[in-house]
Amino acid sequence: MSNANPRISYIREKLDSKIIEVQQAHGDDVLLLDRSGLRASFLVLKTDTQLGYDFLSDITAVDYWQKKEPRFEVVYQILSIMNHQRLRIRVPVPESDPTVESLTPLWRGANFLEREVWDLFGIRFIDHPDLRRILLYDEFQGFPLRKDYPVNLWQPRVPEREVAGTFVDERSHNKLLRLKKSLGGKI
Amino acid sequence: MGPSHPATHGTIKFNLKLDGEKVLDCDVEVGYLHRGFDKSCEQATWTQVIPYTDRLNYASPLINNVGYALAVEKLIGVETPPRCQYIRVIVSELSRIFDHLTCCGMSCSELGAITVGFYMIEARELIMRIMENLTGARLTVTYVRIGGLKHDLVHDFAEQVAQAFKTIRKLLTDCDHLLSRNRIFIDRMSNVGVISQETALNYSLTGPILRATGVNYDVRKAFPYLVYDQMDFAVPLGSKGDNYDRFVCRMQEIEQSMGIVEQALEKLPVGPVWIDDPRFVLPEKEKVYNSIEGLMHHFKIIMEGIHVPAGETYLAVEGGNGELGFYLVSDGGGRPYRIRVRPPCFIAMGAFHEMIKGYMVADIVPTFGMINMIGGECDR
Repeated sequence: MSNANPRISYIREKLDSKIIEVQQAHGDDVLLLDRSGLRASFLVLKTDTQLGYDFLSDITAVDYWQKKEPRFEVVYQILSIMNHQRLRIRVPVPESDPTVESLTPLWRGANFLEREVWDLFGIRFIDHPDLRRILLYDEFQGFPLRKDYPVNLWQPRVPEREVAGTFVDERSHNKLLRLKKSLGGKI
Repeated sequence: MGPSHPATHGTIKFNLKLDGEKVLDCDVEVGYLHRGFDKSCEQATWTQVIPYTDRLNYASPLINNVGYALAVEKLIGVETPPRCQYIRVIVSELSRIFDHLTCCGMSCSELGAITVGFYMIEARELIMRIMENLTGARLTVTYVRIGGLKHDLVHDFAEQVAQAFKTIRKLLTDCDHLLSRNRIFIDRMSNVGVISQETALNYSLTGPILRATGVNYDVRKAFPYLVYDQMDFAVPLGSKGDNYDRFVCRMQEIEQSMGIVEQALEKLPVGPVWIDDPRFVLPEKEKVYNSIEGLMHHFKIIMEGIHVPAGETYLAVEGGNGELGFYLVSDGGGRPYRIRVRPPCFIAMGAFHEMIKGYMVADIVPTFGMINMIGGECDR
């Protein structure tokens, strides 16, 4: 089916050993890629003059807990601004070693997107310059978008932390302590 | 600077490294409005997600509604009737005007041009009244449904729009006179927050920020959805990629959007606004109360949710701030397995340090203003 598409067969030629599967999903081209040498594969897609997928649109992940093996899939949406073509790339990642090569050397925009995937799914990006939590706070335990993270789980409050060079009000810390005391350790 | 600062409309923190007034480096801390959009969506039925999407970019809730509904319809494989598509274009463009007016008006008033701020808020209020008349709500509209719309346009919609546009055009001309050759405004905006074309593409920026650098990328033109391919409109481009270009791009887009709305209202076909498929569409109340099939359909859709075939899809629409994408994964049940929103302003905040490096602390205000960071969408 997708063999009829010359662009896809060209990609097949270029990335032969890395491709696990080529799919068509509701008119979108989807490529399942092996995670080894992922950055090199993306480099081909980005710099090849015939393909020219020069724009990274989005990075996210899906957790197929107890549904699929390997458990995670990192999903990249790339597009070619010149040719107006989109391509979706899915990279299976096993639970035992949730790591993928970072794309920040290719697209600096990957920085925030990969941080978000790390924050919510706990998938590590190798060679990422600054892999910190982004939407949640540093003391947060676990990765909330994993399917085995209960939706109604409460996490304890954290005291206001001092950031170098900022003024932290002592009173708010004492207030939190009083609050904790009055609630009998419920928070 | 932040998370709650009088000159930044939005809860966000900038950790700045300064040399006097000069910004050497900036680390943006987002997430203060994180409420677990993705996780909440996984608990809701496909239809119940629509109100959640209102709260993403709350300056243009209808575009979010339309984008989500289109993505689900793509996954189901249905197409809505022409009238519905035209109405969706109209409400999307009204939302875009609303979004740009919010962005430009707020930024101007933060720079001291309070008059312009009020003029634009007045123009915005006119759009908001149209929305209120149409949807019943000012902000959390929830107007679009999967496979249709909540209801058809109100009978005097076209007159309301024509009257509002007349006033808005006058107000915008006044704003133009107040700003275009205003020395203070140009000094604060021009050559500030400059980002080059390559850097903008490298940082995945979209929307007015990318177009201000001269890249012609608008999802409505590049990947036409709905009936945008039948509309005649231009994509305003900038050249320098500074704040002034972004401002001008947005102002020109307002004019283009008004043109699209007028064209769509002129061409608006008659017909139903719903697809004809009882699996996805709630039956009329008449049928629910008087027939067993109607009652069953109603019950099934409300209790179990509509059944979306297993699969995955990505669909992007042009939001107020750029490419607003929805990546949906369905396992065939009544509830989404995974919903991911590509938030344009979250990605723009990732490039903020590039825009502000080397400028003054005071330049953060217009630069941040022209990104139009909306906490609901950035932090989800």
